[in-house]
Amino acid sequence: MTQTDTRVGPAAAGPAPGRARPFWTTRRRDQLTGYLFITPQLLGSVVFVILPLVLVVWYSLHEWNVLAGSFDYIGTDNYAALADDPNLGPVLRSTGLFSVGLVVFNLGLALLLAVLLNQKLRGTIVFRTLFFSPVVVSLVAWTIVWGFLLQDNGGINGLLDTIGVDGPNWLRGEGTAMLSVIVVQVFKNVGLNMVLFLAALQGVPAELYEAAEVDGASRLRQFWRITVPLISPTIMLTSIITVVGSLQVFAQIAVLTQGGPGTSTTVLVYYLYQQAFQFHHFGYGATLSILLFVIVLALTVLQWQMRKRWVFHES
Amino acid sequence: MNRDLSRRTKLVLYGVLMVLAVPFVFPTWWMVTSSLKPVADIFSFPPQLLPTDPRLDAYQRVFELQPFGQQYLNSLYIALLVTVGTLAVASLAGYAFARIRFRGQNVLFLVVLAGLLIPSEVTIVPLFQMFFKLDLIDTHWPLILVPIFGAPSVLATFIMRQFFISLPGELEEAARVDGLGRFATFWKIALPLSRPALGAVAIFTFLHSWNLYLEPIVFLSSPDKFTLPQALTQFVDAYGGPMWDVQLAAASMTALPVLAVFVIAQKQFVEGLAHTGLKG
Repeated sequence: MTQTDTRVGPAAAGPAPGRARPFWTTRRRDQLTGYLFITPQLLGSVVFVILPLVLVVWYSLHEWNVLAGSFDYIGTDNYAALADDPNLGPVLRSTGLFSVGLVVFNLGLALLLAVLLNQKLRGTIVFRTLFFSPVVVSLVAWTIVWGFLLQDNGGINGLLDTIGVDGPNWLRGEGTAMLSVIVVQVFKNVGLNMVLFLAALQGVPAELYEAAEVDGASRLRQFWRITVPLISPTIMLTSIITVVGSLQVFAQIAVLTQGGPGTSTTVLVYYLYQQAFQFHHFGYGATLSILLFVIVLALTVLQWQMRKRWVFHES
Repeated sequence: MNRDLSRRTKLVLYGVLMVLAVPFVFPTWWMVTSSLKPVADIFSFPPQLLPTDPRLDAYQRVFELQPFGQQYLNSLYIALLVTVGTLAVASLAGYAFARIRFRGQNVLFLVVLAGLLIPSEVTIVPLFQMFFKLDLIDTHWPLILVPIFGAPSVLATFIMRQFFISLPGELEEAARVDGLGRFATFWKIALPLSRPALGAVAIFTFLHSWNLYLEPIVFLSSPDKFTLPQALTQFVDAYGGPMWDVQLAAASMTALPVLAVFVIAQKQFVEGLAHTGLKG
């Protein structure tokens, strides 16, 4: 590559004196390349994200009976139906319970594991690999095994029985079904948050602990006063990822409980799937999609607002 | 918290770590060992940690009951195609947003970023209708096109952009001064330097496609088109009850190859996802 190609060389950037400025300046060529580079992603976003989002609003204003082939404009009737839906309360309650339970268990366990793995100890890599391994196990495979373990006569109750405890029928009881779904999901993905916390912990300067040690601060105090504030950006990041992810839970519910018993594990996405794809209420399914979108958007905005107040510093 | 620990503290820590590892390791262990047990022993009490009479019957029945080989191939080729496609789309777009100045750049970037705020579950109803109108229901096209160009690739584009921004620009500028065009600069200079980011993107893209469940059950209806997650739930008896030994054999075959790759390349997986994948 020598400097013979003057068309794209810096000399072509300015017009040569006495000559007409060529249309394809370096800058124009560069702009065109930029547009070409982003075209696949931009077109894809418009066709598969923006357009469907517009359509989902449009569908939500229609009564859509697939079997009868009717598609009638009904204004905001679907939204009125949503407000009157006796299932809405239970569904939102299940969704909220799942999200709160997941975030608390997941972040708590992730932080505990990260702190343990951050000690001066041989073989922490082995444990890190073990804790992370469920992340790469196929989600449905993982869920099936837990479903098998949680059967009334399954492995967990078998183990409980050996120590003389009569375990419940986990997936058939109202409270235990939700707990089971949360626990299955926590162990599946806690490894991701764990490695993020581990990276953050390794970034905390050791001098701070040494200074605190000299001042006689206890380990626990050091943890709350030094570690937690310094890794708060990561706590914020992981909590956003985990909350938004928790609202998308579907496979675990479909495989383990089908939303039951009753509606005790019917989270919003599962309800949306039932309405749209099992009962063929596409218009109402679209309305539930809007509700899901509004919740995700509100939570994301709220968390970004909280970040400003709550997070100690921005790295 | 990196302090030298006493011998006793170390022993306690190892004990705690081993207890905590049980729920992470035992399910996989139980899945594989139970799939080797005869049906009569699967729920035996007390639980058998090792099969006393291991056999491969269930593995044979997986292939008799479902076109499992075909389903395996479906999942594999879709995930590979989606991974290659996403790497191409995301690295090009990420590079342009990071390095090239063009009119409307910020607005267009925001349009693309909207995909991060819109979970794919929100758009599943209209996407179903779009592919229905195109007569592409019960084909693999929705599972290939949407991840490569739609919301799932947006995170990849964002990560690639952040990575390209973090690269020192001098090398590329020198190449440009030497007369290398934009594409050649991208292909020969920037892309080889971005291998860690490409690796992380490849890993999470592959896993995302491999794990997809809602989309396949919405878009696919014939068993020979099914992907693995969907196929795993099909092993039921005449009453709809799960055939545990067969399900667990199929689940083991789905999980173990990926786990093996992970154990070999765990450093790339863990550090790639931690450092490049999410911190960006």
